[in-house]
Amino acid sequence: MNGTTIDQDNLTLSEVSLGVIGSVSRPIKVGQKVKRLYRQIRTENVFKRMLVLMGLLMIVLVVGILLTLIVESMPSIKALGLKYLWGKTWDPVQDVYGAYPFLLGTLLTSFLALIISVPFSIAVAIFLGEYYPKGWLPNLLKNTVELIAAVPSVIYGFWGLAVLVPVVRGFETKIGVEPVGVGIFSSALILAVMIIPYAASLGRSVIQMVPSQLKEAAYSLGATRWEVIRSVIIPYTKSGLFAGILLSLGRALGETMAVTMVIGNTSIIPKNIFAPGNTMASVIANEFTEADKPVYLSALIELGLVLFLVTVVINMIGKRVISRFTNE
Amino acid sequence: MNFLNLKSTLAVGALLAMASFSSCNGGGSAADNKSDSAATGNSDANTLLGAGSTFDYPLFSKLFSEYNKLNGLRVNYQSIGSGGGIQQLTSKTVDFGASDAPLNGKQDSTLSAPALHIPVTAGAVVISYNLAEIKDTLNLTPSIIADIFLGKITKWNDAKIAATNKGVKLPNAPIVVTHRSDGSGTTGIFTSYLDKVSEEWHAKVGKGNSVNWPAGLGGKGNEGVAGSVKQTPGAIGYIELAYAVQNGMAFAKVQNKAGNFITPSIASVTAAANITLPADSKVSLTNTEAADGYPISGFSWVLIYKEQNYNNRSADRATRLLKLLSWMIHDGQQFSGALNYAPLSPAAVTTGDAILKSATYDGKPILQ
Repeated sequence: MNGTTIDQDNLTLSEVSLGVIGSVSRPIKVGQKVKRLYRQIRTENVFKRMLVLMGLLMIVLVVGILLTLIVESMPSIKALGLKYLWGKTWDPVQDVYGAYPFLLGTLLTSFLALIISVPFSIAVAIFLGEYYPKGWLPNLLKNTVELIAAVPSVIYGFWGLAVLVPVVRGFETKIGVEPVGVGIFSSALILAVMIIPYAASLGRSVIQMVPSQLKEAAYSLGATRWEVIRSVIIPYTKSGLFAGILLSLGRALGETMAVTMVIGNTSIIPKNIFAPGNTMASVIANEFTEADKPVYLSALIELGLVLFLVTVVINMIGKRVISRFTNE
Repeated sequence: MNFLNLKSTLAVGALLAMASFSSCNGGGSAADNKSDSAATGNSDANTLLGAGSTFDYPLFSKLFSEYNKLNGLRVNYQSIGSGGGIQQLTSKTVDFGASDAPLNGKQDSTLSAPALHIPVTAGAVVISYNLAEIKDTLNLTPSIIADIFLGKITKWNDAKIAATNKGVKLPNAPIVVTHRSDGSGTTGIFTSYLDKVSEEWHAKVGKGNSVNWPAGLGGKGNEGVAGSVKQTPGAIGYIELAYAVQNGMAFAKVQNKAGNFITPSIASVTAAANITLPADSKVSLTNTEAADGYPISGFSWVLIYKEQNYNNRSADRATRLLKLLSWMIHDGQQFSGALNYAPLSPAAVTTGDAILKSATYDGKPILQ
């Protein structure tokens, strides 16, 4: 705030002195000009302050949420300590809470979904960004991919339960694991579909921004299209592509409804990726309404805190990776 | 912006964060006060507020609309779950709460004044299964049910199941156990039953609206469990009676304490509740003594404060509430059958009457 006022003083001082120089011939007009300048500067300052306020509000919001989570989970932190993080039992009857199965479930489903979705989203990005940036088919594809992100997640849950789960069950029968259908694998598949648009859209825009001189230079040296993509486009856009993937991961970590419907919701630690499990978000959604004991409620809020921190840590790691890519 | 400026910006940000955080709590209590005044009748004396059990909701909406036709009284009932209803009653933001389980010790101690439990209806939990090739109704004993949900019986052709179902050709298929994933009164009734009939269940799992399930998959809500039972061959799960009847699901007969195999129905649930009730009606009906009663059933209660003069409530409001509740346990019961709720047993109505008469305003009884 200090800097702003100093800026203002400097500006007005210089303007006024200019006015004084000119005032010899036209004193009245200069007075008006100075007034106008004052008004302009005031608007400028109000606008700037508003922007600063909006920015601060975001910080306040995030810090406020974090503080609320910490304070509300104090009873559980006091009762259970750090054991909460690697405890394997979640037993509301005995008031014993361990988040490990859900932490594992969240990370397993999210990263599995990411592995499944990345080839698709990168392929869509290259197709739309490099091969067919214009035309009705690419437009249709682009809008369809964006629509995937707009569909409410509960609809994915229904579709998953009605269509995907029986298919997965058939597959599980064939490969000889317990044919339950619901589980980590089904959730990862649903999540993979849901997160494709994030990486694909961002990937498409960064690929379109690759300077054509670079591509043309490569072509003129006799590079094939594949070689241009591999040695020019991908290296040039990798930080952008990675940012898109990171965005997808963030979405996958927090997704609640669709996962709740197909993951099988058991706090038993999954033995393989076809076994049922549970994620932090779906435990909160499931148990929050009927959490009738103070420590129980607090343990659920602490689960929210852990999810918050996991997201922050993964984002920070991602930022580091992006900056390393860009600095190369 | 220079360095100093950035620093001060951050400091202001942190301060604002603190402020917003502390005002969070303040805001919460302000909202409470506001709805307090709503409950005390300052806003609309002709609307009663209630909150709680989702199980009761379909019955309550029917009852309240019928009562509205008779007396013009409106009731705003929020089906936010039993736990939520109890919380709202504790903070005195509603005139009554509704719960599928009586108040536990901890909840009782957080109440500022003694509360009354009035039984309003009874429900049951059925064991539904998916065995396409079996036409007969399966007979299940308490120990079979406990062992299945403990994960000890894993095949349908287990010797124990075969022993109680002679002549039924049981398939050599794995049992897929399904339970509720969300906290629920249905789970509360089911686990309180298993807790009573099985030592091992009592030691390993216990009872509650959410428990640590030793086996199986979780489905969200009755529809989640029902969906997964319908879809998965060899699945077994527990569902609310009304939901199972409405959706035409197959369910098992369960052996009760007297040794009879009972088909769950409105009649057998009412029978289960026709036992000698304690004066406060806080009784679990599971594993009932009644010879023709279905053993996995339970009351649902309306909860009110014994002393109705709190938060400047008017005597008129208290009288309206008590009259409504009295109507619900008498004339209102005729509507339960059609909605697959079990009407109250005569014993329950008598007990409920006595409890309602014990409610007071300024120490004087409200209903004569």
